Parts: sequence; C-alpha cells; structure tokens
Amino acid sequence: MQSPHAMRRILLPVKNWFIVMTLFAALLLNMVPVGYFPGIPDWIALVLVFWCLHQPLKVGMGTGFMLGLLMDVVDASVMGQHALAYVCLAYAAARLSRRVLWFPLRQQALHVLLLLLSGQLIMLFARMVSGAHFPGFSWFFSSFTGVLLWYPLTYLLLAPQFRPQEKDFHRPI
Amino acid sequence: MSSTGHEPPPFFNRGPAPLVRLLFFVAISLALLVADLRLHMLEWTRLTVATLVWPIQRAAWLPIQAAGNIGHYFIRQSDLQADNESLQRQRIKAAKLLLRQRHLEDENQRLRILLDMKMRQPVNGQIAEIIYAARDPFSRHVTIDKGLQQGIQAGQVIVDERGVMGQVIRSFPHTAEVSLLTDKQQAIPVQVQRNGLRSVLSGAGNGRLELRFLTTDTDILVGDVLVTSGLDGIYLAGLPVAKVIKIEHDNANIFARITCAPLAGIEHHGLVLVLDARTPLALPPTEDLVPEKSKRGRKEKQ
Repeated sequence: MQSPHAMRRILLPVKNWFIVMTLFAALLLNMVPVGYFPGIPDWIALVLVFWCLHQPLKVGMGTGFMLGLLMDVVDASVMGQHALAYVCLAYAAARLSRRVLWFPLRQQALHVLLLLLSGQLIMLFARMVSGAHFPGFSWFFSSFTGVLLWYPLTYLLLAPQFRPQEKDFHRPI
Repeated sequence: MSSTGHEPPPFFNRGPAPLVRLLFFVAISLALLVADLRLHMLEWTRLTVATLVWPIQRAAWLPIQAAGNIGHYFIRQSDLQADNESLQRQRIKAAKLLLRQRHLEDENQRLRILLDMKMRQPVNGQIAEIIYAARDPFSRHVTIDKGLQQGIQAGQVIVDERGVMGQVIRSFPHTAEVSLLTDKQQAIPVQVQRNGLRSVLSGAGNGRLELRFLTTDTDILVGDVLVTSGLDGIYLAGLPVAKVIKIEHDNANIFARITCAPLAGIEHHGLVLVLDARTPLALPPTEDLVPEKSKRGRKEKQ
C-alpha cells in the first residue's frame, strides 16, 4: 500500500476543528478506565504523532505539553511525566515528517513504533528514577497494538481531506 | 540574527527554533516532575485540573458503567437466590460476634475508666465503591466514588471485610484516590498477632508486601498474621493486614527476606469502608539531631 504522498493525490487543506476533535476523541478514549489490562494503546500519543507527522506547523510541542499535563492528572501519575514524553514525541515526529511521509505505510508504522517505544522509555525513566516499581514488559505491548492501528488510523484521519477523484484527461495531475 | 547580519523577512515567521522550543518544554516538564516528586507543591494544580476534567472523565466512563449494568440485569434468578442465602448465613454467623462485641466494648470502657486510661476513639466510617484502577502502571492506585463533598480527606484508611486495603492520598470533589498497601511507596505499622512483635510493612509492588529490616533470628513464621499496631495514630490497632507467606534466609545478608500477602481483596473491586479521619500522633522531636549533624559536617570540612 502506498502512502498518500506517493499516491500523488492532492489533499484538501486540513480543518482545524477536525484536528481538535480527533485529539479530544483520543483524550476520551484514554480516559476509559481499563485498569492494568495490557495492550491498550495510548491513543493521545498515537494521534499526536499522526498530526505532528502530517501537520507539523499546526500541531506541535505546545499541544503535546498541554495534553500531557491533562493525562498526568487523569492517570494519577506524576505531574510532568506524560508532558515530557509527549513533548519529545512531538519534536521527533515533526523532525521526521519530511522524510517519513514518503515511505509506504508499513515502513511509516516502523518509524512510529520506534517513536512510541521511546516515549514509553522516557516515562519509564522518569518514574524509575523516583523509585516506582517496574511495571513489567507487558506494558510495552501498548506501543505494538498502537502501531497495528497506524494503517486504519491514517485512512480515518485523512478521509476528510481526500477529494473525490475525477479523472480529467486533459489536465493530468 | 542570521549569518548575513540582518533579520529574515517577517512573512514566514514561525517563532523560536524547534530545538529551543523543545528545550523550553523539557525544562518545564522536568521542573514539574521535581516539584511534584520532591516538593509536593502541585496538589492544588491537580485539584483544579481534575475538577475541570471530571465531566469529561465521567462521560468516558458512562459506556463502561452502562455495559456493566446491562450485565447485572441479565443475572440468573438462581444465582441471586444462592447469593442471598449465603449472605443470610454469614449474617447469622457474624451476629454471634456482634452481640458479644457490644457487651465487650461496654466492659472495656468501664475497665478503662477504672484504670484511668485514655479512652479509645470510637470510629465510624462510610461506605464507598471502588470505581476503577488508575491507568498509571507504575503505582497501585484506585479511585473511589466519594470525595471532598462527602468529607473524605487525605490520610483516611480504607478497609474491606477482611482487612486493611490502603489509604486515601488525594481527595477530589467527587472522587478520591487511594494508594493500595501493595504500592511501593506505602508503609503501614504492624505487629505479629502471635507474639506482638512490631515492625513496618511496606508494599513490594507486585501484589505482595515486604517486612524489611528484621534480622534472621527474629521469631516469625510462615502463616503468621500481621495486624496494625496503631502506633502512628492513623490506623486503628488490631485491624488484620497481611499473612506471612515466605521467609528467605540469605547468608550474605543479616536481614531476612519476608514476603507477605495482603488479607484484604486488594486487587478485586467492590465496596469498601472509609474509616473516619483520626489525628495522627505528633512525631518525636528531631531538633536535637540536626544541629549536631551540621556541626559535625563543619568540623569535617575544617
């Protein structure tokens, strides 16, 4: 499967309210109490990485920081833990955006896997330094399930930007 | 300033460079981490944000709750009857003890008056329900459905029908956060029921508890029940806490490794009792130690 860049389709400009809505939906999904069940993806991290890759000028570190603080309160974790991880995620995603989007979706997902795992490592480091216990390797499953969702997520979040395809043979773009 | 010596034109101005912004946000995050972990200064921020986010959180939780309710609706009649019968039986079993307890408490009070001892504080509680476990995988916290509005304060003790579960660490308007005994940063003063040996029990993180700093020749056996000693004035004396399940002796270490399992159903969710707040006893004075230490430090420096 090709990435939207390689498909040579011109996307419509993204709507700001759609970005806000998807981030809000991710926040809602993250607030669903699932306990310690392993493999539930961190929706905010996933959607944040997506928008930082696709719209690095609109969504960036500031958004990541605010969402991180919200998650810190909601998750009952230490203030600044999610904020630190999300800011680093947003930075790395924005730096990679020019390159990653040209890859096929499968290779994009590999990049995203590395990003999500490093985000989790940052959180792990921040908490282990303060003396928390190691949550077990099953905690890292959430990055893998998140990456499996990269495929449907790309189509879902880019759907409003796809223009209906009209073949005009006189002006082929 | 660019290398050419004049500023770039303003039409593509995107603010500070990404690296600068990254460093700025990372610095703020690290400051927040330190302020929260070491200085505990951010409780009011947490309270404000939690109050603002509560409606959204409630909305996210509603579908799960609704699914649970539908599950309850389709419960079988026979299950209900069996439940009812077992509860009735438990009640009759407990009645024997309860009837005696009233009498014993009166007797205890009279004896205490005779001996001119300090009266024990009577303790009441309110029933709360554990709504969910916090998502944070690094700690063992749960949320209960009573908060500041119902008068729950940080420091109150949570028990279930079998023993102590944990302690309220934060109270929000409608909910409160409870740190379970198995949390690594939770400690509770206990004594062995068999011989009255006092110690401090700490969480080990993985659903287990640990008795630390007891030497290998201490009189403690597998199967011993630990109850609260009440020495700190926060926990009532005599509440069952844990059972010793494993004792390891290591020749390299003078302390035994004693693992305990909590008696209360800590990893199960249901109804709990929040005991009323008690005033903790004053800490022993430490002023005498501090100047001595600083003096010694100065001497060493000289």
